[in-house]
Amino acid sequence: MDYGRREGMNVESGLKRERVVITGMGIVCPLGHDVETAWQAMLAGKSGVAKTTIFDASTFPTIFTAEVKNYDFRKYTRQPELHKDSNRGSGFAIGATVQACRQAKIDVESERFGDGVDRRRLGIYLGAGEGSANNDAFFGAIAAGWDDAQGKMDWAKWAEVAAARMRPMHELEQESNMPAAHIAMLTGARGPVRTCLTACAASTQAVGEATDEICRGEADVIIAGGAHSMIHPLGQTGFNRLTALSTRNDSPETASRPFTASRDGFVLGEGAAIIILESLSSAKKRGAPILAEVIGYGSSSDAFRITDMHEEGRGAIQAMEAAIANAGISYKDIDYVSTHGTSTQENDSIETKAIKAVFKERAKNIPVSSIKSMMGHLIGAAGAAELMTCVLAIRDNIVPPTINLNDPDPTLDLDYVPNRPRKVQVNIAMKESFGFGGQNDVVIVRRYSEK
Amino acid sequence: MNCARVVITGLGAVSPLGLSATDTWSGLCEGRCGIKPITAFDPIGFACKLAGQVPDYRIQDYVAKQFRKATKLMSRDIELAVIAANEAVKDSGLITRAIDADRERNASNVVNPTRMAINLGAGLISCDLPEIAPAVAKSVTEGKFDMHKWGKEGIESVTPLWLLKYLPNMLACHIGIIHDIQGPSNTITCAESSAYIAIAEAAQVISRGDSDIALAGGAEAKVNPILIMRQILLGRATTKSNDRPENACRPFDADAAGAVFGEGAGIIVLESQENARNRSVRIFAEVAGTGQSASINRAYEHIEPDGLGITIAIEKALAQASISPKDIDLIIPHGTGIPQDDLAEAKGIEKVLGKETKRIPVWPTKSMLGNTGAACGGLDIIAAVCAMRDGVIPAAKNCERKANGCNLNIVTQQQKRNIRNMLCCSYTYGGQTAAVVIKNVEH
Repeated sequence: MDYGRREGMNVESGLKRERVVITGMGIVCPLGHDVETAWQAMLAGKSGVAKTTIFDASTFPTIFTAEVKNYDFRKYTRQPELHKDSNRGSGFAIGATVQACRQAKIDVESERFGDGVDRRRLGIYLGAGEGSANNDAFFGAIAAGWDDAQGKMDWAKWAEVAAARMRPMHELEQESNMPAAHIAMLTGARGPVRTCLTACAASTQAVGEATDEICRGEADVIIAGGAHSMIHPLGQTGFNRLTALSTRNDSPETASRPFTASRDGFVLGEGAAIIILESLSSAKKRGAPILAEVIGYGSSSDAFRITDMHEEGRGAIQAMEAAIANAGISYKDIDYVSTHGTSTQENDSIETKAIKAVFKERAKNIPVSSIKSMMGHLIGAAGAAELMTCVLAIRDNIVPPTINLNDPDPTLDLDYVPNRPRKVQVNIAMKESFGFGGQNDVVIVRRYSEK
Repeated sequence: MNCARVVITGLGAVSPLGLSATDTWSGLCEGRCGIKPITAFDPIGFACKLAGQVPDYRIQDYVAKQFRKATKLMSRDIELAVIAANEAVKDSGLITRAIDADRERNASNVVNPTRMAINLGAGLISCDLPEIAPAVAKSVTEGKFDMHKWGKEGIESVTPLWLLKYLPNMLACHIGIIHDIQGPSNTITCAESSAYIAIAEAAQVISRGDSDIALAGGAEAKVNPILIMRQILLGRATTKSNDRPENACRPFDADAAGAVFGEGAGIIVLESQENARNRSVRIFAEVAGTGQSASINRAYEHIEPDGLGITIAIEKALAQASISPKDIDLIIPHGTGIPQDDLAEAKGIEKVLGKETKRIPVWPTKSMLGNTGAACGGLDIIAAVCAMRDGVIPAAKNCERKANGCNLNIVTQQQKRNIRNMLCCSYTYGGQTAAVVIKNVEH
């Protein structure tokens, strides 16, 4: 990112502006517990959606989700006791971070870090979500305390049950800053450590802001990405009541069907995706592998409604154009777009409008696909997981499909890469994410080259 | 800051001391204590029965007519943030959609929506229990909660837009809609360190040219049965002073026995120096440097005993501001009243200050405000800016005998002081640490 091109900047000499590259990736998601497994599953058009098992959702309006299956974080750490209270998202983050650090040649759980990364310049930035409430404590205490006849809470009864059932460390682990805490303990990071939660855009935003931090010289390496599991009764209750979730209970694997006529909502997923961002000079000095370069980031708000996206996609267009300008490229240079593509009526329509507005005469020629058709919606972790597929698309020159695209919506006429992956020369790819409430975040990655 | 310089041009607050930044500052100067017995719910069965509660208010009084319908979808956290943002924007003289819906586009105080950003710290919002209780009551079988019944019947009694009240990013979204903020928007969820992190990031968004103006700070309503019970069970709340609320929270004092939690919102207007000068607005101070790090500790609900993560954050902020400890005239620490954390913080700060430790006044505010979670840093920055503006450092309360090992110069008497630079710092369970240096613009 070359800020020198920007207007209105008062750049003093000596400002360090680094190129930012990706030197490691790791994932724990419904399609697998590592990058290659998940990627091969996507190229094979597999679905990670099935009947929910984490809690009894059998009578909920939606009985299926995209769960991470058969995962044990303890396989990834030599200190399982230290992380034993971690919430589900933190557990995923541990595995994903260990994978990414291994690839980037960054030491974890060391007394002495011999990997050439100054810990004070090693940061963390995650889009991270809440842990799941203890249902016995949460619902049980309310049930015990609520006097329905009087319409009042007997707080003494509530407190008695709550105090008996709430487990202190489990309660602490519900706070959404905790995944970053576990990663800091794992890696010894003493640089800036943050978590943000702009809903579905969170981890795209985390990657974008972290990139800027490295670019301006405040950190050399940032462990960025997302970790979230919203597959719990309160989370699903909230989304079902909003009618945001698909209720296609007779066909879970085809429920996530972005851009089709019959799409009826998104599928809740969970997971963690970790991307190691590093300054180019640090990567070269350490001999770390360079997977791609991050060249652009744009962020905006709809300021429209908390329930709906702006009807013309005003904020989405603004963020996409800001990212393109920030990258110093033109819309004509982009070879692939990883869409937000949630499979809701609203998102898919408005996103299509926004893509047409930004890509103009090229819109119908650019492949644009939705990873959510296969993985479901990882909410806080969605952006990073999907951005990862942009890096892989560049690496392998192949774009992943939008599966379940059998009845296209006649008003949505872009090239959504229906059902099968496609060989495409991909040098530059764009990831766009639009969060509930109108936050729009876009990151652009490019095949790395010296120049 | 290496790029565009960033200044503070507006202050907005809601706290246990009042419904405005002005009232909050007066309260601090008068030594009033905002910590009182809990009235939001009956604290029977709670070992700590105290909290810092905001005075009563009607949210409709703070929201322009065309947005009043939206107040139905505001959790208390959102309400507090909206009130504070309202004051901050008015204080800055900026004209947003909320101030004047028909604003004429070219006047210098009128905001270009795409050039305004927002970055707020928010907590994990806990839902209103009586609101959801009837739905839970419908889902009980033989006296026990039944998930099956919840999915089939109980869930139908939950109001459709329920979740939107409780997503942490909704504070920024509501404010963004009210004031028509179309630039970057972020929500930082690092508990008590959130506001300083949000302010630092908002300053960067301006500094790099993505925005000219930003609202930044934090808000949280921690006076909720679940959140208070959580802190009690974690051993972080004082249970020793239920009959003496004024004496309960004792940062750095030998008799400190824990924190008291509260609610509030602290939001400031950040602006590029150039934009502020162009519209000739009064400038309070400059955000001159920020730093963040992590505390790493096996018992991660506490800060590491030597406070190293705090030391590093402060060192970074000083370096970015190009100052050294001899240039600092006031420190507002995190100072929760939790003895082992206070001591760790004191050591962490002392490590940076060295021989300046004896000279620099340290003013912890939580004895009067309580621990307001994500609002902490927002309120403390506002207190710091007011101190700088008035050249006055109010007395810290409840520090009568410093704890063993604490060498900080805690201000026990109000003093007049010409303040050149101030340092504000914070940390939280889970370890995120943050520091901000505020520079007087007269220098």
